[in-house]
Amino acid sequence: MGEHLSKHYGRGEAVVSAIENMNFIIESGEFVAIMGESGAGKSTLLSIMGAMNAPSAGTLTVEGIDVYSLGQEQRADFRREFLGFVFQSFHLIAYLTLEENVMLPLATIRMPRRRKRAMAREALASVGLEGKGQRLPHQISGGESERTAIARAIVNQPPIILADEPTGNLDSRTSREVMRLLQRLKNDGTTVVMVTHSLACAGYADRVMQMADGRLEASPKAAAVPSQAA
Amino acid sequence: MTLNTIAIQNLLRRKGKAILILVGLVLGIGTVITVISFSDAVTGDINHKLEKYGANILIVPRTENLSLSYGGIQMGGISFDMQELRETDLEAVKHIKNYNNIAAMGPMALGAVRVNERPVMLAGVDFEEARILKPWWKIEGRQPEANAILAGAEAARVLNIAVGDTLEIAGNAVPVSGLLKPTGSQDDQLLFTTLLTAQALLGMPGQVSMVEVAALCAGCPIEEMVRQISEVLPGAKVMAIQQVVKGRMETLAQFKKLSFGVSVIIILIGSLVVLVTMTGSVRERKAEIGVFRAIGFRQRHVMRIILMEATLISIGAGVVGYLASMGATRLALMLFADNPHVTVPWNTALAAGALGMSLVVGVTASIYPALTAARMDPNDALRAL
Repeated sequence: MGEHLSKHYGRGEAVVSAIENMNFIIESGEFVAIMGESGAGKSTLLSIMGAMNAPSAGTLTVEGIDVYSLGQEQRADFRREFLGFVFQSFHLIAYLTLEENVMLPLATIRMPRRRKRAMAREALASVGLEGKGQRLPHQISGGESERTAIARAIVNQPPIILADEPTGNLDSRTSREVMRLLQRLKNDGTTVVMVTHSLACAGYADRVMQMADGRLEASPKAAAVPSQAA
Repeated sequence: MTLNTIAIQNLLRRKGKAILILVGLVLGIGTVITVISFSDAVTGDINHKLEKYGANILIVPRTENLSLSYGGIQMGGISFDMQELRETDLEAVKHIKNYNNIAAMGPMALGAVRVNERPVMLAGVDFEEARILKPWWKIEGRQPEANAILAGAEAARVLNIAVGDTLEIAGNAVPVSGLLKPTGSQDDQLLFTTLLTAQALLGMPGQVSMVEVAALCAGCPIEEMVRQISEVLPGAKVMAIQQVVKGRMETLAQFKKLSFGVSVIIILIGSLVVLVTMTGSVRERKAEIGVFRAIGFRQRHVMRIILMEATLISIGAGVVGYLASMGATRLALMLFADNPHVTVPWNTALAAGALGMSLVVGVTASIYPALTAARMDPNDALRAL
């Protein structure tokens, strides 16, 4: 839940308002798409939701936790425990295999190595990449990279997935596969918040948060967006 | 998958940067170790050469008279109120703390005798010890055994004696077994024989007139040794031959200063190489660090990855640096040392020092880049892409 969230950059007359007095509630298990023109504040909002960008004003509450009342290191713990990130450019670590990339969120957790490997393989299998764990990121396609990024986001089963333009670099067929994956996560009870420019992708969401000039324009699912839900 | 796995995989799969840092450290550590081992080897060689200068401590019987000779010109007679110095007293010197630093100890019995109606000084020496104490001696003929004479060059000329002649000394017929080639020292004026023979001919059994001592200087403070010998020989006056001692010490000090100065500069350069390369590496890995932080790595986790990488590279650099420095030292000695027989032994302490130094330099120089990485704002790191 975001209450009166604002984010300003700069000072004095040069101040730029990225988000202005935004209020929203996202229910647990919901699939929400955030849409808007470039510069509307979508990515800023997502980074605030990701506990990585403190708002200038307002509060973000997740499962009863006032996220920005936490210290920096506690916010790192919060991210590890509650959030899974899917980045637009995948951001796979080039020198780690797919399996190792997927295991990254488990690296700081005390757990037998074998168990971590099993969890990574399970996550890779769930995105259709079984048997490809020993490949390096440069040896796979864009779609496989995105699916690996999703596997990394879900490996420790966080309750919330934040995806920033997850299909921005993919063709339409691969985009559909990725969206179905996100929808499946939603169906399994994970909350999914996705920033997208694509109406087709937004169609997979339960509702769309339309943004313009740092403000929320419409929260209900946009009538113009055709439902893609399976 | 642990933080260490990340560090190891980064080093294994991005070898370029790792090798660059490794080379920087190897050059630094290798040069320092080369300088140290080269200076140690050369110092040892110099010590060895300096020992050829002969005695650097003199033990004489204690006397209350002042010396009346200057520049070889004797102005007065022999002192008669000397305390006696006996050969058996010298056993006590074997028990001083720095006895191991004594290379040779040569007792001498000195006295005037008449040969061919001319007075001449007879010196009884231990010829085995004399090889170390007077390495410049060159003998024509052979080294005398008991009841034989080795004549100094000037004494032989004045007394008109040659190898094979027989001299009459104190009523005894003593053959000349060898002649000493000119040394430019007082030895040219003397007749030499074994200590026992001289004591018998001079009528001073068991007595010695003076003792020459050659001390090894590396790690032995000559003045401290003089004090130790004085303590065990209270009836003797023990003197350091200051010029030789100071010369030795100054030579060693110069080498150490040079080594220290070069080492400090090289270490600083090595640290800078690591600092600059690691900082560059951290900047290049901004996205990666942003991902680490975004998925919940704490600052200390990021620091640990960077410092683990630095530690692994430093260990490698320490080992390679030591091995390379051994090769470089041998090469440098071949090129620059006068003595081709100077050896460079494997030195465990130096190897441990190389490893320790590499770790200290590598890890210390990586602290700033590690802190920079750890303090990176994840949002900035990801937005910068």
